[in-house]
Amino acid sequence: MSYLEHRVKSTPSGLRKVLYLNWPLALLLISVAGVGVLMLYSVAGGSFSPWADPQIKRFALGFVVMIAIAMVPIWFWRNMAALAYGVSVLLLVGVELFGTVGMGAQRWIDLGFMRLQPSELTKITLVMLLAAYYDWLPAERTSRPLWVLLPVLFILVPTALVLKQPDLGTAILLMAAGGAILFVAGVHWAYFAAVIAAGIGLVTAVFESRGTPWQLLKDYQYRRIDTFLDPGSDPLGAGYHITQSKIALGSGGWTGRGFMQGTQSRLNFLPEKHTDFIFTTLAEEFGFVGGMSLLTLYGLIILFCIASALATRDRFSSLVTLGIAVNFFLFFAVNMSMVMGLAPVVGVPLPMVSYGGSAMLVLMAAFGIVQSAHVHRPR
Amino acid sequence: MRRNPRELEQLNRVSSRRALLLAGVQLAFVGGLAMRMRYLQVEQADQFRLLAEENRVNIRLIPPTRGKIFDRNGNVLAQNVQSYRIVIVREDAGDVERVLADLSELIPLDPEDLERARAEMQRSPPFLPVSLADRISWEDISKVAVNAPALPGITPEVGLTRVYPRGADFAHVVGYVGPVSDYDLSKIEDPEPVLRIPRFQIGKVGLEAKREVMLRGKAGAKRVEVNATGRVMRELDRREGQPGADLQLSVDADLQGYVQARLGSESASAVVIDCETGDLRAISSSPSFDPNLFVRGISVTDYRTLTEDIHRPLASKTVQGLYPPGSTFKMITAMAALEEGLIGPEDTVWCPGYLEVSGRRFHCWKRGGHGHLNLEGSLKQSCDVYFYDLALKVGIDKISAMAQQFGLGIHHDVPMSAVASGLAPDRAWKKRVHGAEWLIGDTANAAIGQGYMLASPMQLAVMTARLATGRDLTPRLIKSIDGIEQPSHGGAPLGVNENNLRTLRKAMYAVSNDRRGTAYGSRIIEDAFRMAGKTGTSQVRNITTAERAAGVTRNADLPWNRRDHALFVCFAPYDKPKYAVSVVVEHGGGGSSVAAPVGRDVMLQALYGDTPPLAAYPSKDRSRIKAQQDRLHRERLRVQQEQSGRA
Repeated sequence: MSYLEHRVKSTPSGLRKVLYLNWPLALLLISVAGVGVLMLYSVAGGSFSPWADPQIKRFALGFVVMIAIAMVPIWFWRNMAALAYGVSVLLLVGVELFGTVGMGAQRWIDLGFMRLQPSELTKITLVMLLAAYYDWLPAERTSRPLWVLLPVLFILVPTALVLKQPDLGTAILLMAAGGAILFVAGVHWAYFAAVIAAGIGLVTAVFESRGTPWQLLKDYQYRRIDTFLDPGSDPLGAGYHITQSKIALGSGGWTGRGFMQGTQSRLNFLPEKHTDFIFTTLAEEFGFVGGMSLLTLYGLIILFCIASALATRDRFSSLVTLGIAVNFFLFFAVNMSMVMGLAPVVGVPLPMVSYGGSAMLVLMAAFGIVQSAHVHRPR
Repeated sequence: MRRNPRELEQLNRVSSRRALLLAGVQLAFVGGLAMRMRYLQVEQADQFRLLAEENRVNIRLIPPTRGKIFDRNGNVLAQNVQSYRIVIVREDAGDVERVLADLSELIPLDPEDLERARAEMQRSPPFLPVSLADRISWEDISKVAVNAPALPGITPEVGLTRVYPRGADFAHVVGYVGPVSDYDLSKIEDPEPVLRIPRFQIGKVGLEAKREVMLRGKAGAKRVEVNATGRVMRELDRREGQPGADLQLSVDADLQGYVQARLGSESASAVVIDCETGDLRAISSSPSFDPNLFVRGISVTDYRTLTEDIHRPLASKTVQGLYPPGSTFKMITAMAALEEGLIGPEDTVWCPGYLEVSGRRFHCWKRGGHGHLNLEGSLKQSCDVYFYDLALKVGIDKISAMAQQFGLGIHHDVPMSAVASGLAPDRAWKKRVHGAEWLIGDTANAAIGQGYMLASPMQLAVMTARLATGRDLTPRLIKSIDGIEQPSHGGAPLGVNENNLRTLRKAMYAVSNDRRGTAYGSRIIEDAFRMAGKTGTSQVRNITTAERAAGVTRNADLPWNRRDHALFVCFAPYDKPKYAVSVVVEHGGGGSSVAAPVGRDVMLQALYGDTPPLAAYPSKDRSRIKAQQDRLHRERLRVQQEQSGRA
């Protein structure tokens, strides 16, 4: 019996649990989702269809899912971690075999009522599995090579499957989030130094392999990297996204053009204005002030998660919360870097704001686990 | 698994430390993002804002509305009418042939239009709209609009089309517009951007071309917001252009219509000029053509019909046609001699039927000769010998100068196409152009308006008006621009002796009122409107001695293009001239038999402003005139019906 289970009697039970939710975090999520709905409304030219309306419904559904998950004791989720991970890896294999090809990549399975994107699911289940693993692992084994190799395999299996889809963005996110948990769990820093060195080697290899038969990335991925490095080289072709996105962003100025007054995104200069590039609309219409507000909201969400993780003495709760926070951070950090021309264009949406059901539902479920950890923390 | 508290404590300490480190890294990154955002949105905002404007704003030209053209009474001669047309965009149509087949099932399409559209589509880029059919009826355009989903790439469009309600009546005066061609652009230095709008129309011929800039106006511009594909989302602001000026002509459309009908299918022209103001009241060239055909884009067959017609419908004969003035020139020869004081009105010359000049015989039209003739008698009977004699006395340079004083051989600035200056030759001219000495025979020819002498019908009308008034009237075609009256040139006195003018007018009066006058058959009976005139029959070939010996061939027996031109000039009323008229019927035969009746009819129509009463005609002609009037009336009704259908 773990320490946590030992003290279960002092944790709230029944519907009273709702009162013990991390409500500031919930309100922050509602705020961010509100920003998203507002932007989708604006992008559609002042209309709830086709994006804002479904987005509200999905968020409402997601919110219910979050609370439902939060009501279930955290140890249940810990026990489910291995199973969840297994299922999501199987789904990734399933996508590979039966998936629908969308936007040039195999990414989702059509469940009828929604499209399930197993790669999204995997981000969470991987975090759960690793947290559970380190909760179980005796302290002295943490940095033993064999016991490090196992979690690395846990990370690499889904990463490889996602990379094959091909979805470079998610693959990087998986590795980074997994790595973060290993780091927080206390794996010796020398491993990380080695991985970073190997990473640099790999990047070199990727560039060296270009044009040779054993080329490691697809042509479009190379083009995206080229474009990122020099967007001006092809302003109407591959560099179009980045150039237009910077124009939209920059033209916002301090306070922006005003709600619904944005021109660049609504006039379709930006493709995917309602998904990956929705931040440009916000930045154009509400300017630096608007952009900073959203960034602050995101920062607060991260801080609340970290605070919650530090407050709990349960190792699984702590690690899973930190992992989800890192995941969330990577989401918006990569998206914003991309939009601001700091990173190549990889298909990563802006969390809770971009239009898209699968990603939002999975994120809300993840925050459900964070909430469950908060509610059921040992007192 | 169960852990002991110490181990857990240690693990949590490590994790907390690392979690804080991670949190620090994350916050640092967020800070970095904030810095970047500040850089883009605050420091570089101006630059990006500019780029955004460039992205979003396009400047579009607003073509100006072309000025309208009216006659002196406010009848519309040229206007802009809303028209519907159907265009196809190759890129959007996909299978062009299938779409065209579907469309032709829906509405009637001219196969020739289709052929032209296909050729144009081959030439132009796939995204440019190509016109399939013009001037579609409202019903047809609705049919197309309703079936739009089944006809990809087909769009109905509304535009303004230039329409000439009076059709052929003003084809030569007003001219027509057409789309700007590369050739047009190459001729214009620094062309206005508006000319590069596809299918923008400019004046091609006639007044439309000569007053193009005035009629066109100034293009406006609007700034529009466009999306990434160039589709216009909304208009931001606009700077209105300036519509073209409305022009009012001096021409009377009803009179013009009458003259056009009176000339009928002859290859002929007639000019009516106002003796007070120099206003051109009618300036008709026949046969004519429908200028509306050219606006639409004339078909090859129609165009060939026009160019191959030996009566040259496209030529504007009133200003462009040059003819030997023949006997109508005799007033000028006489005037020169009178001014020089070489003859008196009653001095006579003996006409034996010819005059021998340096061994060559110059014949009179009347082989038997006229006997003794004074000025009035010689003009009345159009004796050639009398004028040979005068010309030899006065010399060509004086005659030429006099001709120019009366408006021949000089350029009249009338805004019509290809206005010809004609020719009033003198010694210096022949030396310059032909490099040869002026011969005495040339003077003899010039004396009777043959040889090198050339004049346009408009010049003959000006000459007659100047004779009638003694002032140097110049023709005026544009009466007012945007309601502002243009100066007329009633003119200053010519500086010739009034008595001499009076003598000539009296002689011209005799031409059409004396029983022996050549235009007696075309006299006006109405006392208030007595007419003075002069006939002319100008040769277009030399009559050889051999021919003369064999007996001159009768005009009617010659092929059409070798027959004589028939000319007539006149003014009326005799004592207070109101109008001067000139008529030239190409290869029409005799001036007195062919041209004079036309001149008289036109003059009466102008004087009465409507169909003249039969009382104005000699009594024995009245029944014939009645028949002619009825025929012309029916003809006018038919044309008017056609014209109102067009408007």
